[in-house]
Amino acid sequence: MKDEALLESLLQASGDGYFGNYGGRFVAETLIAPLDELSAAFDAARRDPSFQRELSGLLADFSGRPTPLYFAERLTEYAGGAKILLKREDLGHTGSHKINNALGQVLLARRMGKRRIIAETGAGQHGVATATVCARFGLECIVYMGAEDMQRQALNVFRMRLMGAEVRGVEAGSKTLKDAINEALRDWVTNVRDTYYLLGSALGPHPYPTMVREFQRVIGDEARAQVLASEHRLPDAIVACVGGGSNAIGAFTAFLGDEKVRLIGVEAGGRGETLGEHAARFRGGLPGVLQGTYSYVLQDDDGQIAPTHSVSAGLDYASIGPEHAHLRELGRAEYTSADDREALEAFDLLSQREGILPALESAHAIAHAVKLAHELGRDGLMIVNLSGRGDKDVETVARLKAEGGAR
Amino acid sequence: MSTRLQQAFATLRARGRKGVVPYLTAGDPDLDTTYELLLAMARGGATAIELGVPFSDPAADGPVIQRACERALARHVRLDDVLQVAARASKQTDVPIVLFSYLNPLLRHGLQKLTDDAAAAGLAGVLVTDLPAESAAAFSLALQQHGLDLVSLVAPTSSAERIAQIAAHATGFLYAISVTGVTGARQQLSNDATELLARIRQVTTLPVAVGFGISTPQQAREAWAQGADAVIVGSAIVRMIEEAGKQSPTLIEAFVRELVSAQISQVQE
Repeated sequence: MKDEALLESLLQASGDGYFGNYGGRFVAETLIAPLDELSAAFDAARRDPSFQRELSGLLADFSGRPTPLYFAERLTEYAGGAKILLKREDLGHTGSHKINNALGQVLLARRMGKRRIIAETGAGQHGVATATVCARFGLECIVYMGAEDMQRQALNVFRMRLMGAEVRGVEAGSKTLKDAINEALRDWVTNVRDTYYLLGSALGPHPYPTMVREFQRVIGDEARAQVLASEHRLPDAIVACVGGGSNAIGAFTAFLGDEKVRLIGVEAGGRGETLGEHAARFRGGLPGVLQGTYSYVLQDDDGQIAPTHSVSAGLDYASIGPEHAHLRELGRAEYTSADDREALEAFDLLSQREGILPALESAHAIAHAVKLAHELGRDGLMIVNLSGRGDKDVETVARLKAEGGAR
Repeated sequence: MSTRLQQAFATLRARGRKGVVPYLTAGDPDLDTTYELLLAMARGGATAIELGVPFSDPAADGPVIQRACERALARHVRLDDVLQVAARASKQTDVPIVLFSYLNPLLRHGLQKLTDDAAAAGLAGVLVTDLPAESAAAFSLALQQHGLDLVSLVAPTSSAERIAQIAAHATGFLYAISVTGVTGARQQLSNDATELLARIRQVTTLPVAVGFGISTPQQAREAWAQGADAVIVGSAIVRMIEEAGKQSPTLIEAFVRELVSAQISQVQE
């Protein structure tokens, strides 16, 4: 048999949780039963009107949804092309889209009777969202965070602690998001009977990629209705940054059937083209397994996971959610990248022209939007998902400016 | 035709003996010492040996094996090197060696190529930490065609139906994960292990090796008494290698022998 044939058989075998050939559930045997339990609980919850009512209520009154779809008039003028609308996830409670998923999953954890919540975080946005919902529901909360990320997102570390969460620094590996996920997985496998792992992005083993998408699709559902109401037409493109890919899949899902709407994901181009200097999985990665899912992975010739770099901690990850790999293969979504310098310029640009400080993650999407505006021309219309606000990045940006720009 | 792992466990049972399966991470502290360690473990009386492929993200392992992986990768130890050291050792010993790996390095190598190369290197089996049973059938079959076993894992969280299903397709031996957790030495054999062994014994007569957390002759005796054919000892050994480095083979040989002979003193008691 050929290597490819054996691989196919391995990927097709387990049925659930695949997006084409991507996804699945590649974890230690100990986690299979808990993942089954989670899948069953999620399936029951999504069909339960009382669960949906409670979640909608919290999204509205606790988080402040719907978030506005805002015409960025002076950014549009600057870019000199298509009209740019911003989906203002930065205005949701805790300052990013992460609250949507955290609220959904915390309700699920309660249904499952789990009192101890663990999470990983990169930029700290998911950690803050998780700490917030745990405070709201009186649950124990432990957040794993790479030591390097704790340093560059110190404000978010403080916010988590203020809300009563324990933040555990991870010194292993590259001390970033990937290492935090490893540590969260180790905690989960150890405390699996009473612990709920509140994973923050559309990655990891099934059912997480599907579940996180479902809790984030409110972004695109709202945006689609809003753009039809205000512009009386669908946009030409949706633009979102892609780390694990939860804000992007959340923004894309409602538009999947609208074939003329381009779906564009922006990865972190980092500071160079060579392996280790960026987090552009579709540019430098190959299909493989990292942390439970089969998707594109930045890796070396020997299958060791490569280090990554991005100025934004939230995009600094070696793999990408499996549904993105599938959408790209189908040609339904396209992926590009913006580098550190472009993201920092976009950070300044949006701050100065719109009075909105974007998260460095979201600044990658803004950077591409400016280029795309030209391409689409003055009749064009696009929605950029502004996934989070940039207060957390002010120190990083100030430091980089003092050092003379992105390294 | 029975495989080498099946033969090793059959011999053990025929003699009324219990086994020890030591683990080591290849390339820690270096490949030459790995070769010496494999032979030392064989001399010490190991039933089989698990040879770990270092991986950058060993999410199922505790800190001791994580550090061993980091040391090996810092020396740029590659899967090809691991296969070579296995080939060298298997020319010198008949003790079956099982390649112990995470999935991604094997995927990158190519699963069929890995199967061919593992057979050529004289390996007796392969164990993949993050390849669940339902995805493993074709790979297992490919290995069997070369007389190699794909070792299946069962955990304290595995349901009765699942254990039965895994056992029905398992070849060689069953690896029983004794606790919910990562690898690493623990003070006591857990209640989980006792219960899991009982549940396994209800559905299969396959040889069972118990691993995760076993580090002392006393724990080995407990596991054997509860129906395990063998104990897998990993982190305790890797820690000794960490401390003694190139000097570790003599110590490890003595330690494996001590574990193996724990059953004799048990009989004498």
